[in-house]
Amino acid sequence: MPLNSNERVAVVAGLRTPFTRIATDYSTVPTRVLSSHLVAELVQRSDLDPKQLDMLVFGQVVQAPDAPNVAREIVAGADLPVEVDAFTVSRACASSYQSTIDVYQNILTGNIQSGIAGGADVMSQPPISFNKKMTEAMVRSTYSKGSKLKAFKGIKLKDLIPVQPAIKDPSGEYTMGEAAEKMAKENGIARADQDALAHRSHSNAAKAWENGWFDEQVMNVVLGPDYTPVSNDNNVRGDSQLEKYAKLKPVFDRKNGSVTAANSSPLTDGASAVLLMSESAAKAAGHQPLGYIKSFSFVGIDPNWQMLMGPSFATPIALDRAGLCLADIDLIDMHEAFAAQVLSNTQAFESKTFAETHLNRSEAIGTIDWDKFNISGSSISLGHPFAATGTRQLTQMLYDLRRTGGQHGLITACAAGGLGAAMVLEAA
Amino acid sequence: MSIFRLEKNDGVAIITMNDPELPQNVLNMRIQDEFEAVIGNIVADKELTALIFTSDKKDCFLAGADISMLQEIDSSEKAFDMCMLLHTMMQRLVDLPITTVAAIDGACLGGGLEMALAFDYRIATTRKSTKIGVPEVQLGVLPGGGGTQRIPRLIDLPTALDLILTGKQLNAVRAKKAGLIDKAVLPETLMSVAMEYAAKKKPKRKKSLKEKLMGSAPMRAFIFSQARKKTLKATKGHYPSPLKILEVMQRGLSTSLKKGLEIEARGFSELVVTPESKQLINIFFAVTDLSKDSGVDSDETAREVDKVGVLGAGLMGAGIAYVTANQAKKMVRLKDISVDGLAKGMAYVGKILDKRVARRRMKVNQRDRIMAKVTGSTSYAGFKSADVVIEAVFESLDLKQQMVADIEALNSDKETVFATNTSAIPIDDVAAKAAHPERVVGMHYFSPVEKMPLLEVVNGSKTADWATTTAVALGKKQGKTVIVVNDGPGFYTTRILVPYNMEAMRMVLEGVSIEDIDHALEEFGFPVGPIKLMDEVGIDVGAHIVETLHDAFGERVPMIDGMETLIEDDRKGKKNGRGFYDYSGKSKGKQVDDSIYKLVGVNNPGHRELSAAAISERIVLTMLNEAAYCLGEKILRSARDGDIGAIFGLGFPPFLGGPFRYMDTLGAATVVEKLNALKDEHGARFTPAPMLLELASNGGSFHD
Repeated sequence: MPLNSNERVAVVAGLRTPFTRIATDYSTVPTRVLSSHLVAELVQRSDLDPKQLDMLVFGQVVQAPDAPNVAREIVAGADLPVEVDAFTVSRACASSYQSTIDVYQNILTGNIQSGIAGGADVMSQPPISFNKKMTEAMVRSTYSKGSKLKAFKGIKLKDLIPVQPAIKDPSGEYTMGEAAEKMAKENGIARADQDALAHRSHSNAAKAWENGWFDEQVMNVVLGPDYTPVSNDNNVRGDSQLEKYAKLKPVFDRKNGSVTAANSSPLTDGASAVLLMSESAAKAAGHQPLGYIKSFSFVGIDPNWQMLMGPSFATPIALDRAGLCLADIDLIDMHEAFAAQVLSNTQAFESKTFAETHLNRSEAIGTIDWDKFNISGSSISLGHPFAATGTRQLTQMLYDLRRTGGQHGLITACAAGGLGAAMVLEAA
Repeated sequence: MSIFRLEKNDGVAIITMNDPELPQNVLNMRIQDEFEAVIGNIVADKELTALIFTSDKKDCFLAGADISMLQEIDSSEKAFDMCMLLHTMMQRLVDLPITTVAAIDGACLGGGLEMALAFDYRIATTRKSTKIGVPEVQLGVLPGGGGTQRIPRLIDLPTALDLILTGKQLNAVRAKKAGLIDKAVLPETLMSVAMEYAAKKKPKRKKSLKEKLMGSAPMRAFIFSQARKKTLKATKGHYPSPLKILEVMQRGLSTSLKKGLEIEARGFSELVVTPESKQLINIFFAVTDLSKDSGVDSDETAREVDKVGVLGAGLMGAGIAYVTANQAKKMVRLKDISVDGLAKGMAYVGKILDKRVARRRMKVNQRDRIMAKVTGSTSYAGFKSADVVIEAVFESLDLKQQMVADIEALNSDKETVFATNTSAIPIDDVAAKAAHPERVVGMHYFSPVEKMPLLEVVNGSKTADWATTTAVALGKKQGKTVIVVNDGPGFYTTRILVPYNMEAMRMVLEGVSIEDIDHALEEFGFPVGPIKLMDEVGIDVGAHIVETLHDAFGERVPMIDGMETLIEDDRKGKKNGRGFYDYSGKSKGKQVDDSIYKLVGVNNPGHRELSAAAISERIVLTMLNEAAYCLGEKILRSARDGDIGAIFGLGFPPFLGGPFRYMDTLGAATVVEKLNALKDEHGARFTPAPMLLELASNGGSFHD
């Protein structure tokens, strides 16, 4: 197998749908339909000849029951050639980091020349299931011999109530929100600081929209049955006022907590994707890349300790692999699951003690320059369709680098189960 | 090589038809002897228990009678004899004592279906090319191989009438539902299922309750009277064949099959020699001819087209996007100045598809795939890779020239064809500032694009043949009948329409009522009258074009009073609800807006009374004359194109065969004489075209 050892992997184009709060604009749209719409638009606007596409990898966290391998559905739904290989990955909130890396590695090893990576979640259409007792009875009635009716013996009325999917891993002790609350307390993150970060996120995102920085990155979604165009994120508050954040009650610890709906990322619907190609293939086809992927890392930590500290563990490894230090990084996009999680991580980035205790390093990761940090908003303001966040960050970072004239960018995210992801990018 | 191949296996004979000399299997005089021989062999072989008849011609079971044979029939008696001969052939099959099965894969039309009806069982494949029906009515005749008699004896009467009167073609599933066939099967299993049927006894077909009900004499009489009313309304009496079909079926059903078949043959022999049928057959051949025409005289071939850019997502642009994605199966990149405009265009495409899904003509995933081909933008993102860009913005020369420049700037290396969908702006003007005028061509679509069958491709003086033929090939893939015309003011269709519309307007100014005018032209055979048509097309569009033509042709296309007044009164026609007709309230365009007369200075409308014939003759002559100018000036490549353009683009009565066929029928001398008389009365606009004068003097005709 020929290794493309001298090849860089180019990000030729990136695009996302507007991100909208759960049960709003996309409430009738299945994930596969929204994703297909996005991918069709990405292919056409980047002037890609579909016959040149080798692979499509998509992340999906909330698995739609009608499309477990949503990637393959997208190949059909976006009218791509049947030869395009397609599979679906899941790595919680870092799912589209994974889909990107899958395509990236396949290009690096010379298996393929081009691929689309992305992720999508439409929380508005989750798989609704019954409780364990009822589910087992239904399977029995379908597959075992004997009376269909008998299978339902012992089922009570309350068993017929469907179970809402919860955002919690069966192996961990805490839900996401509880983990964030725990981190806020253990790391001493003040409520006011969390609110300020959330306010900053909204203000930056609103400014980015106002200045048209998202125009090339966000498509107009036009889907039936009524074909009303959706053009904007609907979670971004253009009129964000810091005072108002203080008024909200904590959600996960009503008495002593500090994590509120306003300083957390909302449940969001949306899709995002990037087109990756080997540098030579991109050049041959006349594409002008947005940038290149320089390095990446994935890590795992104990989810019952501080589940969302992944960025602080993944970042130094990705930097090492890129041969860079934090000071070389021109812009950072750290996924904002919760303000408490972001501030716990930035604290850790700057802490020598943290580096010594947890990273086995003598020096801190580096100092955060807030003028370079989440400058166009991140998940608290833009929203967080779980599997769409990674490629949203990737695209946004490359456009931000291009606009500001920066060279290197870092994107990083925490994920359920104590996972962390980071990627170092380079502008074209 | 023979046409029928006969194999025998365990008492089952299989006849496989494949005419080596023709692209399709058809019924003609040539096959008769061979057919007789092969059936004779079957009859003589007492060992046989069953017969299966099939074809291994690709996509064709039996496509019906050879139409060129119909064209050559010059007497009723010959036609009658031919029909009776066909009936004898069918009867030979019916009389076979063994079980007979027609195994249908591919087109099974007209005489093909009639032959299949002579078998005991019919099974057909679900392949897309398997079409079952009797389209004879579309050629102005009737199914003369027993169809009018055997179909209503097999299935219920309303369904039979619908099939025979419309000529619609069914796929296997719908044919099974209609009762025409016994089973719809996958192509791979056709012969094995045919063997199963061959093992059965001859069927005793019982009438269903519905068939019995519909078959009772009073019910039958009622159904026929309803069908007759509907037919008269639809054809306005211009087409003899549907009425003859009704007569033949009604009379045939009240007697024996044998007598019915003779009535059918008589009916067929009367229809096939009518001028209406001759003209419809002419059109059939012209369209077939056009489908093979590259549109250019050189050997240049069409370039590959994968992606089509469409500028402007209005009614036209969206319609073009639809036919490009749905029919041509190409990627479409749509651009509009606003997101709302874009969304409207995409909604237009989506809703046509949604309707097809609702009617179960299409599956949801098919709809999604087609929809995925249509993406849109408010910028030129994604236009760089377009192989053809079609502009469908409003008629502004500056804007169109700007778009040519924009597209050229995107990627000058790529030889993108720029097609302008203008109805009157000369292509040379659009290309005037282009760096590559050889890539600029006209593609004049008709609204609504998804319904109108014509595309007029316009060749600018610098347009390269490869660009023209690429546009022609794309148009055909979009499902259009394409004619190629040379550049000139109004090209062909618009140019012959303007004098026609303006003459109608002049009559209004003379005091003839709008109702009389529109009625007269509908009587003549146009689907709508000229005044109503102006409302449909847009009065502003019409007024603009008159000016263009007047600038080009001077006194032969004079300006007209009243048009400006209408524009000043903001009357644009149906699109803004203000026109010659009243679009408010209940009228919805059915009643004339009487205030229009006063507006254009007619004080006592309707005071001038002309016969319908006098009205239509004067108005139609302007169109005929202008068409002759177009052919003489080589705007048209052939009279054939002129006929098809007028019929498919403007609704010229098909039974007259088009302007040139019609002038040939009238005789050039007569046309010139009438024009000269009108010229004396009304002025220079009736000056006969030089080509007409020439033909009048040498006794020639437009068509050979």
